[in-house]
Amino acid sequence: MAIGWYLAVSALIFCVGAAGVLVKRNPLVILLCLELMLNAGNLALVGFARMWGNGDGQVFALIVMVVAACEVTVGLGLIVALHRRRLPIDVDEMRELRG
Amino acid sequence: MADVLFFLAGIGAIAGAIGVIAVRNPFYSVLALVFHLLSLAALFLLLRAQFVAAAQVVVYAGAVMVLYVFVVAYVGDQERPLYAPTSNLGAVGVLFTGALAVELMIALLGSGLQAVDSAGAPFSPGFGTPGQIGQLFLTRFLLPFEVASYLLLIAAVGAVILARRRRGIDTEADERRTLSVGDLFRLPPGIGSQAESVGTRPGGREEAAVGAKSADRDLGGW
Repeated sequence: MAIGWYLAVSALIFCVGAAGVLVKRNPLVILLCLELMLNAGNLALVGFARMWGNGDGQVFALIVMVVAACEVTVGLGLIVALHRRRLPIDVDEMRELRG
Repeated sequence: MADVLFFLAGIGAIAGAIGVIAVRNPFYSVLALVFHLLSLAALFLLLRAQFVAAAQVVVYAGAVMVLYVFVVAYVGDQERPLYAPTSNLGAVGVLFTGALAVELMIALLGSGLQAVDSAGAPFSPGFGTPGQIGQLFLTRFLLPFEVASYLLLIAAVGAVILARRRRGIDTEADERRTLSVGDLFRLPPGIGSQAESVGTRPGGREEAAVGAKSADRDLGGW
């Protein structure tokens, strides 16, 4: 398969993830959609690594995985902290910083 | 054969992604994401990235998704529906996403890169194997490798501090009377988010024991 097909799949997955981040209100699902966007970037990176024939893109993809794992850990910790304080799990209610 | 596999895995990946945002129950969203990640691992294998595919399955579909399932089960059923029908801003978001998709496709079709239309570089043995990735990590990308390990450590400590259960630590300190190193880092009771556990703030544990009679709970401290 041409690399372009992989890039098209990656672009579609990225758009689906962006739509989820923009539309959803549950922070859990928003984190899942962030994962989708990061994975779309990973697919493009691995595709470009295949295109050039060296492993740099795959190393980048692995680093992206590490960053995504950190983001998930901290994000889920925040959600658990919200739940402990019995605040609503809804990003539209989190408007304290907006004043 | 590879073409058939590509279309199967690609359609699976896109369907899983759509399933994440189309399903109402967040638990099913997580399951859809697991399906999406497995399909994506198949795509990685088709791109000859064996090690990345294995890491995807083990780290993502294994460990991170278990964390998600745990938090979904812990946060559980809210009294309000987790998915509310989107307001008029939701249409704006969908419009923006459609525009983004069109733009990305235009960029892809109008790309001058010749190699995008090819099947990639000629095959070289050892491409994408753990050996090659490990060699790159320990030679050319040594600094990002070490920084990533520190980032993981910081994230783990931060998550524990964020999500730990805060008990009334003043009673423990009174019992022991000996200062430890950890006492230097503890806040006095009644400050910040520890207030709920010592009961000096409305919405705390004592009030929850009474029965959470006040419907209008105080969100001002947040």
